Amino acid sequence: MYAQMVKTASDGVKSREDMSPEEAAFQAKIDADIKIEPRDWMPEDYRRTLIRQIGQHAHSEVVGQLPEGNWITRAPTLERKMILLAKVQDEAGHGLYLYSAAETLGVSRDEMVEMLHAGKMKYSSIFNYPTLNWADIGAVGWLVDGAAIINQVALQRTSYGPYSRAMIRICKEESFHARQGYSAIMKMAFGTPEQKRMAQHAVNRLWFPALMMFGPSDKDSVHSEQSMAWKIKIKTNDELRQQFVDQTVPQILYLGLELPDPNIKWNEERGHYDFSDPDWSEFFNVLKGNGPCNTDRMKDRVGAWEDGEWVRDGLMAHARKKQARKDAAKIAAE
Amino acid sequence: MADVDNKALFEFLVRMGDNTLILGHRVSEWCGHSPILEEDIALANTALDLLGQTKMWLDYAGKVQGEGKSADDLAFLRDAWDLRNVLLVELPNGDFGQTLMRQFLFDAYHSIILGHLLKSSDDEVRAIAQKASKEVAYHLERSADTVVGLGDGTPESHRRMQAALDYLWPYVGEMFETDDIDRAMASAGVAPEPSGLRADYDALVGRVLADATLTIPEGKFAHKGGRNGYMHTEHLGHLLCEMQWLQRAYPGCEW
Ligand SMILES: [Fe+2]
Ligand SMILES: [Fe+2]
Ligand SMILES: [Fe+2]
Repeated sequence: MYAQMVKTASDGVKSREDMSPEEAAFQAKIDADIKIEPRDWMPEDYRRTLIRQIGQHAHSEVVGQLPEGNWITRAPTLERKMILLAKVQDEAGHGLYLYSAAETLGVSRDEMVEMLHAGKMKYSSIFNYPTLNWADIGAVGWLVDGAAIINQVALQRTSYGPYSRAMIRICKEESFHARQGYSAIMKMAFGTPEQKRMAQHAVNRLWFPALMMFGPSDKDSVHSEQSMAWKIKIKTNDELRQQFVDQTVPQILYLGLELPDPNIKWNEERGHYDFSDPDWSEFFNVLKGNGPCNTDRMKDRVGAWEDGEWVRDGLMAHARKKQARKDAAKIAAE
Repeated sequence: MADVDNKALFEFLVRMGDNTLILGHRVSEWCGHSPILEEDIALANTALDLLGQTKMWLDYAGKVQGEGKSADDLAFLRDAWDLRNVLLVELPNGDFGQTLMRQFLFDAYHSIILGHLLKSSDDEVRAIAQKASKEVAYHLERSADTVVGLGDGTPESHRRMQAALDYLWPYVGEMFETDDIDRAMASAGVAPEPSGLRADYDALVGRVLADATLTIPEGKFAHKGGRNGYMHTEHLGHLLCEMQWLQRAYPGCEW
């Protein structure tokens, strides 16, 4: 997941009559569930919206290394440290596949990274929250990757071929992360009183931020309609959020933890859990850069990029020298 | 297998395991901060391999020690004076160049000693070496390539790599020190005497550093005190504070 509030680069859905023959053919393909591939004709707005969405998703994977990386050096056992390292390594790999998927739309990874660093592209709000105790690491895997999976499973059916294939590949690893996260928090919830306290604290803090991952409520979600017509978005924010709540509440109860929201209640009639809305003003604040970690996250990423410039330049210069030597040797041999 | 003094064998095993434990930890500190995404992945991969090796060495060390200690007990509940890693691996990461130079200087030694351990008289040591040597061959290939790329890159990358080499070189000698424990291991056929590995090391490192257009410092001085625990650097205590904190603050928990 990790694509929230992706602005659709158009105003509203066009009716069939207003479409050009190309646009109509394109929409017919989508309606018939035929994937759009990089060389196919596509409306400019579709391309631009997808770049935003896939780019935002890629940036989220990369920035998402930071809150979990925060605990790698303090992981309590060798095995936990290895599990966490492997997970964070997977996330960096997801970033790579997604950048490559976005590159098929004609934008380079470096350009996207520059836009992120300039504040012109976003990453998921969730990674602007801190990881404060070891149980947070379990909770992130369980809740954050769990929420991501719900969105990404739906996106496996997305209309753009490279994105859909990236989602299929990524989902397998994400479900592994979620299972490992749950098993880590189980140890805590069933452990000593202090461990249980850490687990409760983690769930209390991360619950609402996890709900926010699905984006604003449908009634306030202005960009959804066109994205749904293009099958860039498959289910609405509220549908996905409900699915997440229904799946997660029984897991919290199984852990013997208190529910993080007093209004969570099974609704027999709807066949779903009722729950409170997150504080949307907090959500919009985080998007504006006022989350607890926005400044630090960007400082880390921009710092890593700037500190690494000499390395990238050095390796490029070496590759050029090597090529020049090869060419010179070839000429000399002729 | 010849009779082996268990105390000496234990010391040998924690020397191997502490090297990978501490270096794996240092490398893992890079998470999310490296110069390019591919390097984040590669560094995490190196750290993972090293920690996997740590688990094998320290599990076996615990068995040999016979006090019922697990690899985790040994990793998380020993204080600095009981750690037996060489000083080189506990030195701070510095910039990316220093991290990769440290990695290369260690990988070169590591690959050579593991090559000998493939013929160890001790079955478990041999089994660990078999798994580890494949991983380390890859680490060496990667760190050597990076050292060459950055040494023979831009003037700035060259300058930084030479500075890294100048800083780290005095820590190389300790890896080839030979003491009574090493002699006991050698006579039992468990492991080679480190001093005997130096010529191969110098040849390998000399070749790569020449390709990297870097100059090996002339001084012969070597800092020591890690592998016998007599005097670690000030850096190790801070590393342990972080690494061992949860286990120390909440003893006896299952994680
Ligand atoms: Fe994701
Ligand atoms: Fe991911
Ligand atoms: Fe994940």
